[in-house]
Amino acid sequence: MALKGNLAVFTTTQLLNLINLSKKTGVLTLYEGHKTGKKLTLGDGLTQIDEVAPGKEIAHLNFQQGMLVFADMNGKDGHLASVLQRAGKLNEEQARTIREKAATLNDKGLALRLINANYVTKNDIVRSIQKHAVSIVFDLMTWNKEPFEFKENIAPPDSHILVPIDLKNVIIEGTRVITEQKHLEEEIENLDFALKFPENPGEKFKNVQLGTNEWRVVGFINGKNTIRQIGKACNMTDTEIRRIVYGLLQAGLVQMIRPQSAEQPKRGTDLKRQQPANTRIERDVIQRLIVKIKNT
Amino acid sequence: MQTVKMVITGPFSSGKTEFIKSISEIEVVSTESPIAKDSAEALEKANTTVAMDFGRITVDDDLVLYLFGTPGQRRFDFMWEILAEGMLGFVVMVDSSKPETFREARSILETFRAYAPTPYVVAANKQDHPDAWKPEDLRIALRIEDENVKLLSCVAKDKESVKEVLLELLYSILEEMDAPK
Ligand SMILES: Nc1nc2c(ncn2[C@@H]2O[C@H](COP(=O)(O)OP(=O)(O)OP(=O)(O)O)[C@@H](O)[C@H]2O)c(=O)[nH]1
Ligand SMILES: [Mg+2]
Repeated sequence: MALKGNLAVFTTTQLLNLINLSKKTGVLTLYEGHKTGKKLTLGDGLTQIDEVAPGKEIAHLNFQQGMLVFADMNGKDGHLASVLQRAGKLNEEQARTIREKAATLNDKGLALRLINANYVTKNDIVRSIQKHAVSIVFDLMTWNKEPFEFKENIAPPDSHILVPIDLKNVIIEGTRVITEQKHLEEEIENLDFALKFPENPGEKFKNVQLGTNEWRVVGFINGKNTIRQIGKACNMTDTEIRRIVYGLLQAGLVQMIRPQSAEQPKRGTDLKRQQPANTRIERDVIQRLIVKIKNT
Repeated sequence: MQTVKMVITGPFSSGKTEFIKSISEIEVVSTESPIAKDSAEALEKANTTVAMDFGRITVDDDLVLYLFGTPGQRRFDFMWEILAEGMLGFVVMVDSSKPETFREARSILETFRAYAPTPYVVAANKQDHPDAWKPEDLRIALRIEDENVKLLSCVAKDKESVKEVLLELLYSILEEMDAPK
């Protein structure tokens, strides 16, 4: 079972949200996109974008139960020595020597050697790998046309050091740098929607590190205040409030709900007539429909 | 005689016409028109609905159910509200194999919810397609957080599957009638 798509229509952030919320295990692979020359028609039946077919693999990320555990990307040397060097735990000379001398060791073996030789601590290794993986995700968040595939129920290879990373924090932090206003406007079309917390907020907010701005927004969420009102109260521009709400939404920390006032249909008069008509339909009618369809 | 209606909506090419054809007792009165041969949509399918599809299920001498399918192309969306008037409930069809249509699906869902507070279900259509996303994944992709909203697996070409979707919608309507106001 694979989820296939293209970052042009389903973004990295949306993918991470999906993997996080459904606690998926599997591997996400991104490919170079090659235009096929054909067009894809979007759901409005009008807009067309270039169809791209997957080419060479350019990155892959492993997930376990919704956590990112490993990431690898072309152009970002993932050798443990290089990762430690970029994190400032090894100098250039040390990193080069290690890469040469320990060429046959896998990451786990190398990590043990380095720790035993007091080059670095276990914590250094965990932190550095975490930094490496997150920087890859942040890069992916700026991509917008690559084909992807997520294959479920595939475990990462044994040789890798797996450092579980909670995606909620990555998503929130990543959306802070989203600059594409158009995308935000599409995602949060209507600022008159209200926000509420999901079913078990305690669990959801566990281990989440929010910034001051996010906390300010969270403070106004009560299922009634609209996004617009919250933005005003926090003295934020439409773009600022959109960006924060988008991050919280994608991290699964809040949900959008239609406020009472928006529940009213646009053309009030026509539909007011219709509503009582609807409620007048009797139970019996529905039951007869059910029987009929069952026997069709 | 009493007539009631349900609306089958959803993005372009999601399978609305197919759905109604599978269950209607009459030849579906479809206002399909051929898609211009040189356009890219023509690669996908030959016909698109321009005003509506119309199907019928007669229960007995006193009761008839009409199924109205909306046109998927946005340029015909002026028909939506007219079709929505007086509906008992609606089905949002989604082509589960085309993530490029998910955003539109969500937008259509919101639009129809705003027309009338009637029950609705979402049909994750084309589940027979090898690239179909599973209903659970679609729920998250479409951001349907309300667990009470049913997201149903569907193959519009298969009559039994279509019956199941309509039945689930009818059960939701019953539940709503029974719910304390
Ligand atoms: N494999 C598969 N194909 C389907 C299914 N349902 C519909 N299709 C096909 O998908 C295409 C679109 O179906 P339609 O019923 O025309 O879709 P529509 O929603 O009425 O399209 P518009 O009126 O243009 O918006 C057709 O080629 C159908 O045969 C399904 O469940 N499985
Ligand atoms: Mg049609």
